[in-house]
Amino acid sequence: MNAPVANKLVLRRSYFEASARARVAAVLDAGSFREFLPPEASEPSPHLAVLDIPGAFDDGVIVGSATLGGRPVLVIAQEGQFMGGAVGEIHGAKIVGLLRRAVQEKPAAVIFMADSGGVRLHEANAGLIAISEVMRAVLDTRAAGVPVIALVGGSCGAFGGMGIVSRLCSAIVMSEEGRLALSGPEVIETVAGVEEFDSKDRALVWRVTGGKHRYLTGDCAELVEDDAASFRDGAIALLAGWQEPVPASSTLRAEQTRLTERRQRFAGLRDGLEVWQALGVAEPRQIPLMDRDSLVALKKGLPA
Amino acid sequence: MSLQYILDGLFPAGHDVSVHGQLVAGCAQTALGTVAVLGTTDAAAIGHDIALGLAGRVLDVVDQHPGRPIVFLVDTKGQALSRAEELLCLNGSLAHLARCVDLARRQGHTSLALVTGEAVSGGFLSFGLMADKTYALADAQVRVMDLKAMARVTKIPHERLVELAAESPTFAPGAENYLRMGAIEAIWDAPSAALLEAALAGQQAAGPAVDGRMVRGVERGGRHLAAATAAAVVSA
Repeated sequence: MNAPVANKLVLRRSYFEASARARVAAVLDAGSFREFLPPEASEPSPHLAVLDIPGAFDDGVIVGSATLGGRPVLVIAQEGQFMGGAVGEIHGAKIVGLLRRAVQEKPAAVIFMADSGGVRLHEANAGLIAISEVMRAVLDTRAAGVPVIALVGGSCGAFGGMGIVSRLCSAIVMSEEGRLALSGPEVIETVAGVEEFDSKDRALVWRVTGGKHRYLTGDCAELVEDDAASFRDGAIALLAGWQEPVPASSTLRAEQTRLTERRQRFAGLRDGLEVWQALGVAEPRQIPLMDRDSLVALKKGLPA
Repeated sequence: MSLQYILDGLFPAGHDVSVHGQLVAGCAQTALGTVAVLGTTDAAAIGHDIALGLAGRVLDVVDQHPGRPIVFLVDTKGQALSRAEELLCLNGSLAHLARCVDLARRQGHTSLALVTGEAVSGGFLSFGLMADKTYALADAQVRVMDLKAMARVTKIPHERLVELAAESPTFAPGAENYLRMGAIEAIWDAPSAALLEAALAGQQAAGPAVDGRMVRGVERGGRHLAAATAAAVVSA
């Protein structure tokens, strides 16, 4: 076997398929991660136990400290393979605690590896309240001058309340495989019918919620390959020279204008293809086939 | 309960509140002076238009009436469910609304949300639960999902969920459960100016709001783990 090719294969680690622990190990500086409340120091959710559902000692989220490119960061990594990364009482409180710690410690950033369908229905009220607490805590962290960078590229994407939380972060780094939205396609299909949203049409789901679409419309800051090293590089690049803005009416006015104009401009559209065409992409059908670098170059060339 | 009845009960000294579709906006007189009134009615589904409509009006209050308290009226069945809404990142517009409410707090506006009808999931998260304090009328319906739908999704028998709901506030619908868990400050029997003014005055006296919901959840015996877990992470 040709050695360089083999090395290249080994080096590429799908972020989408990796566990939360593997992502933490691959995205942050090697060996720098220290976990807070590791599994041996915590208890699984009693709310799941009462329903005879097996719990996890980390309740599906890992929090701790590390360095990224040599700078101190605090880290949150949701485990999509445990109950869809959904937020229950303990899961949510670990995230809130980590963010409150960031307000005190003022690390260079909080790295938030989101991988979650939102509220854990088995703990619905506790999960909803926890997400509200996470929302307030993300904004408190940012107001303290600490950027919160969301990485979205896991198998569960960032949906429901976690979709809102991700958009409250300073910036989002996303892969093409990542999905970011509020209601999942399955929920919309169930309530509004398959004509409204066919959740089994994977290409359509990606054209509506996927990383390329969110990148073209400016809802994520960076588009990266589905590779832990690319997420790492993307986060480092974003943080270089990042100045977390002080919360101000002028910033939110600008966002209000952007969102309002976009709403008017794209009124009535129902498919990413239509939006990309309206954005000035000459051949929207080529977008799903393009590699990351070509897409980034294409976006740079679009009319403002 | 009609919006007019609610407004008359909360603001007997007068109000100038109009309804745009299902978006409610205006101002009202109280013993503490003029307050802004913003929110939704008729169990609105929150899409981009309502989210941006509310967000813009929150920014107007911040820019034009420094310090004016904001009373949010919450009646939402959740987020709008459509592909077109998701295509334009509905979670982003709800996040924007939440940021505007948060900005108002940081700029010194006392805020209070009152659930008058329904309060469900994303719609509730984006403004009702972002206010300094959240209250509910006695017949308010607060939930993520009703127990029948939850039974279908979780594949846990409905009877079992009903049985467990009697013991635990953690998952079953009801404002009372949110009260015990610390997310709803108090339940009001009726829309009352006295209760509203006392709540606003209390918040103003207490100074800048911090998120005390975990602590209240422990005090009220409805949410035992969150506060200790968060504290353990802070001190680990």
